[in-house]
Amino acid sequence: MVVTLLLISLLAFLAFQIVPGDPTSKLLGNDYTPERAQALRHEMGLDRNVFVRYWDWLTGFVTGDMGVSYNYGMGVDKVMEGKGAVTAALSLMAWLTVIAVSVPLGITLARFQGGRLDRVCVAMNQVFMAIPPFFLGILFTYVFGLVLKLFVPGGFISPKESFWGFLGYLIFPALAIAIPKAAMVTKLLRSSIIGQMGQDYVRTAYSRGNSRWSVIRGHVLRNAVLPVVTFLAMTLADIVAGSIIVEQVFALPGLGRLLLASIGNRDYPVVQCIVVIIAFIVVFMNYLADVVTQYIDPRIRLG
Amino acid sequence: MKLRHNKNFTAGAIITAFMLAVILIGLVWTPYDPNAMDGSAKMLSPRLSHPLGTDNFGRDILSRVIEGAGATFLIAAATVAIGLIAGLVLGGLTGYFGGWLDECLMRLNDALAAFPSILLALVLIALFGSGKYKIILALGLLFIPSFARVVRAEVARQKSLDYVASARLMGAGHMRILFLHILPNIIPVLLPAVAIGFNNAVLAEASMSYLSVGVQPPDASLGRMLNEAQGYLLSAPWYALGAGAAIILLILGFGLLSEGLGGEHGAS
Repeated sequence: MVVTLLLISLLAFLAFQIVPGDPTSKLLGNDYTPERAQALRHEMGLDRNVFVRYWDWLTGFVTGDMGVSYNYGMGVDKVMEGKGAVTAALSLMAWLTVIAVSVPLGITLARFQGGRLDRVCVAMNQVFMAIPPFFLGILFTYVFGLVLKLFVPGGFISPKESFWGFLGYLIFPALAIAIPKAAMVTKLLRSSIIGQMGQDYVRTAYSRGNSRWSVIRGHVLRNAVLPVVTFLAMTLADIVAGSIIVEQVFALPGLGRLLLASIGNRDYPVVQCIVVIIAFIVVFMNYLADVVTQYIDPRIRLG
Repeated sequence: MKLRHNKNFTAGAIITAFMLAVILIGLVWTPYDPNAMDGSAKMLSPRLSHPLGTDNFGRDILSRVIEGAGATFLIAAATVAIGLIAGLVLGGLTGYFGGWLDECLMRLNDALAAFPSILLALVLIALFGSGKYKIILALGLLFIPSFARVVRAEVARQKSLDYVASARLMGAGHMRILFLHILPNIIPVLLPAVAIGFNNAVLAEASMSYLSVGVQPPDASLGRMLNEAQGYLLSAPWYALGAGAAIILLILGFGLLSEGLGGEHGAS
């Protein structure tokens, strides 16, 4: 895991070193002279070896000194202050919604496989999977924001003002992210359970007089849930990335908006930092999925 | 033909064929000129003369959606083509020859695959800049790993089969075996991968253009239209609905096709 993290941070760092364009020309603006640029480059340490700078940046990153934003002239950690919380809360809400919807639904559909409910839901699932989250966000803005006036489009309450108000403004963005993902997880769980139903141990369980429901609950679920756990971990990573777009739809001041603004301004220290943070979350979630999988199925040993 | 009894494939084929037909017709004829402004017909709700209504400049939305769908589809096709060709070469060579290069590339592949694609696309766009051709390049690069992985796995499986051994006995060279003998045999596995590639490419293009880091005006695309439409959500909701419905139909069609093909060939 540590090797992967180092590799990703090195790639993210190098990627932004080969970008054409010199940050000093933007920083100096009209005061640009070659001498001043040279002095500034020296001051910023840009004239040193790439790997020395990577090491400095990495040690800084780990100790909480994340570099200075070109655009705002202050520490990246200051620029990001409060924004991480918005993205984290939004992603977590969306993820919990995915689990809360898809786990019971997937199990129910598998239990009544081939029934009317199952057939309707499977067809609807296909459609929901095809809806891009940002379009769902726009639909929600129109229906719940403009027509039903349940929230003010573009509005936002900071968690310091009112924590519940803050969460309230995240409900619809979270739903917009969660619904397509929930459709995917439901589908996976359903087909995973149905796939297990043909196994020998299921026949044995039936022959001991279990009903379909008690076979699923007592025997199948533990086996069927393994691929879903891995997928859920990947889903959280996707959700964090997906919130970049949905934050834009609902004008939420989170990391995603900051990332987009920083890409527009070529504010690379900020971009680099956000990318590495999200990468770390992704790698960590995958690791966590391995641990949970191992806990559910003790036969699996981590290499 | 088992395909005929495959509901996913049938539904996907119908939807995709419909969208492609609309796009093809749009190349030569649209109800109105997509860019013609009509001051006397601003923000009209859907009606017989304008089935999807008009926008803030009095432009016919149906015509614009058709044009945007064509642009989105072309970008997706170019993206998939880059990913597929590079993936075929990389995956084919690494799967056939193996060795340390294979190890290295697959490690890199794993690292990239674990990454959310939106984030990678944004990083590439931050590096390249935005615009129609840059987004094709960025998304194309992004799609290489997934194709390379599919091709590599299948080539590695096929190369131990008897027909490869017999071709080798007949004196065929490595490149001949790889591209003339093995390649046609991996097509059944490639088809669903291509369909899912289109699915992802349409979504990625629409997302990037919606964020205004993809296609820039005056180039059209469905994502850009949604971005514009959001500003007129209250006065002209049909604008967003028309563009959004076109995106959903494209994604749904390719998604169903991929599933139909995948179910057919036992691959996922």
